[in-house]
Amino acid sequence: MTVKKPKFLIDRDRELCNDCGVCVRQCANEVHYADEKNKQIKCKPAECVNCQRCVSLCPKGALAVKQAPQEFSGNANWNIDIINAIQAQADSGGILLTGMGCSRPMPSYFDRMMLNASQVTNPSIDPLREPMELRTFLGRKPASLTLEGSQPTELPPQLELEIPIMFSAMSFGAISLNAIKSLAAAAESEHTFYNTGEGGLHKDLFQYGKNTITQVASGRFGVDIDYLNAGSAIEIKIGQGAKPGIGGHLPGEKVGRDVSETRMIPIESDAISPAPHHDIYSIEDLTQLIFSLKEAIEYTKPIFVKIAAVHNVAAIASGIARAGADVIAIDGYRGSTGAAPLRTRDHVGIPIELALAAVDSRLRDEGIRNEVSLVVGGSIRHSADVVKAIALGADAVYIGTAALIALGCHVCQKCYTGKCNWGIATQRPELVKRLNPEAGAERAANLIRAWKHEIKELLGGMGINAIESLRGNRLMLRAVGMTNKELEILGVKAAGE
Amino acid sequence: MVTIDSRGIYYMNLNKQIRQEVKNGADEILLKNVNGQRYIADAIRGNIKFTIEGIPGNDLAAYMDGPEVIVKGNAQDAVANTMNGGTIVINGDAGDTLGYAMRGGEVFIRGNVGYRVGIHMKEYGEQIPTIVVGGKTGDFLGEYMAGGIIVVLGQPDGNEVIGNYCGTGMHGGVMYIRGEIPAHKLGREVQTAELTDKDIEFLEGIISRYKDYFKLQLKDIKCSDFTKLQPQGTRPYGDLYTKY
Repeated sequence: MTVKKPKFLIDRDRELCNDCGVCVRQCANEVHYADEKNKQIKCKPAECVNCQRCVSLCPKGALAVKQAPQEFSGNANWNIDIINAIQAQADSGGILLTGMGCSRPMPSYFDRMMLNASQVTNPSIDPLREPMELRTFLGRKPASLTLEGSQPTELPPQLELEIPIMFSAMSFGAISLNAIKSLAAAAESEHTFYNTGEGGLHKDLFQYGKNTITQVASGRFGVDIDYLNAGSAIEIKIGQGAKPGIGGHLPGEKVGRDVSETRMIPIESDAISPAPHHDIYSIEDLTQLIFSLKEAIEYTKPIFVKIAAVHNVAAIASGIARAGADVIAIDGYRGSTGAAPLRTRDHVGIPIELALAAVDSRLRDEGIRNEVSLVVGGSIRHSADVVKAIALGADAVYIGTAALIALGCHVCQKCYTGKCNWGIATQRPELVKRLNPEAGAERAANLIRAWKHEIKELLGGMGINAIESLRGNRLMLRAVGMTNKELEILGVKAAGE
Repeated sequence: MVTIDSRGIYYMNLNKQIRQEVKNGADEILLKNVNGQRYIADAIRGNIKFTIEGIPGNDLAAYMDGPEVIVKGNAQDAVANTMNGGTIVINGDAGDTLGYAMRGGEVFIRGNVGYRVGIHMKEYGEQIPTIVVGGKTGDFLGEYMAGGIIVVLGQPDGNEVIGNYCGTGMHGGVMYIRGEIPAHKLGREVQTAELTDKDIEFLEGIISRYKDYFKLQLKDIKCSDFTKLQPQGTRPYGDLYTKY
């Protein structure tokens, strides 16, 4: 039972393969190898994670990876994944560890909402001819302003984004320095922000400060005065969609010298970020941390508080707004991670669409929606997801997985092994250097620009020329195949209504 | 020296005033009649001496990097939260979570401290934070500790010096606790170790500084009576997971 069954098979076209050995050199999992006798390239498919690196780089196009044809008995309930999981746990007694976001085929609410478009009675707008405003300000908006001339005398600090899309928190440790540099440079060129995650700020990244959100989590890695002042905002991480209610353990395999220095922990130790901040047991304690940070930066930057979308998210968000946060970031259950227990990743939390609608409605009902901005993440896959999120009430979105896919990720879900062949979720120098940060920055920036064009097209089609007019405009959404309760929570009408 | 009478001043205004004095180049600030104001010396950097008369509020010296802070009374929770450098001397007791994620500098407490003290302490290279508690501590001392040094003198009698769950999840750093420690008080991830000559030398130095700060004799405290606690390994939860 303990013999590892391959999940994937490598299909090597012997007609095309010339045994050049690129696949051997590219695979950190050591799937491909040259036969000692005849130098022919062979493979051990049991180690294959299907990251598609060898397929993408094979100069002859000779490789394909496919599902291994393992047929179990066909019981739909006790399926191959369940049986394999039980076998793995019977072997080891361990918690099943995985990476990326929930992979269960749960229904998507974004996919069951359709956007509006103008026809005859109101004109659509052509974004190729007419200005289209996507600029977004994140931060507390005061209920009233005192003006001196035309300028307000005092305005709470705001982040200014040219497009309501930011790169979500991914720490140095979880991902490589080159991956972070790619996102940081893309954030700079596209006038938006990337988020350091909780792993501190490598010294090479201070130059991107004005496009940086620094994160403070329960492990407080890399947090000092320079770090707090380095970015344009600070995010307190309470939770994350991939693993609500539990903390993070960055595996020791990924803690080399640089990560150890940045986080101030021993080399090759696990970086432990427990579930709670051990000084936050209440909303009042959260206030204390928020204001310790505000005092530290002299009230010059907005403070984000990031939580996972969970059952009572609306009440929790109300508490966070009242605790003094300027921005609330909510991460849905599909949100991704470098490492999480499988069962937590796949079974804890709620969909971001419902959480967002519930929070936006609650804050409006309480008359405090202006006091915080809302940023949502947790599987924003394309520009239409962005538009739907904003129509539901978000001020901006975070993208993580989509950004990594732009850098080469193929969602093999093995980030925790530290063997990412794309140079993203790894700290091994020979793998990290495969990701050229300049090329990565261009690809991530291209993605943002492509989505920007698409968002403008979608807005124009609705007859809207400013993202501000879409925000919380749920009349632009219609639902297909939802229950009355779901419609009520989302605050949208059924298609045809 | 600058003197600020803190009586009745809201913490935001008091701290604004303090920062202004620091910007003006004050190298010594006396805060009189402090009564619970939070965040004093929060994120202050430089060679400045603060003397606090009264009881400072939570998060005293959070993120602080360099100053010396003398508290002529008790302190509340979260002293030295994520502090990076400098020295804090408390002439009394202090509350919970003192030294949370502390990265450098020193805190000397004359009396007792509360729960979760020194958790997540870190170190790198020469930058090693130190906490010296003259009295006793609550539960969870040094939890998840990744670096740094904690010394507990256990005055006045050296009995029941620490609470339960000491060093749970510890994977770096070292603790020196006066006296024998019953096994049930220790987290699963710590182990006791023999004191080396270097440890004794360190303890002699740090205890003598403690005596100087608080003008105490402490004749019955012997360095050889301390129990040294260190992590069993750097990966306390390395075996917890199965790759899937």
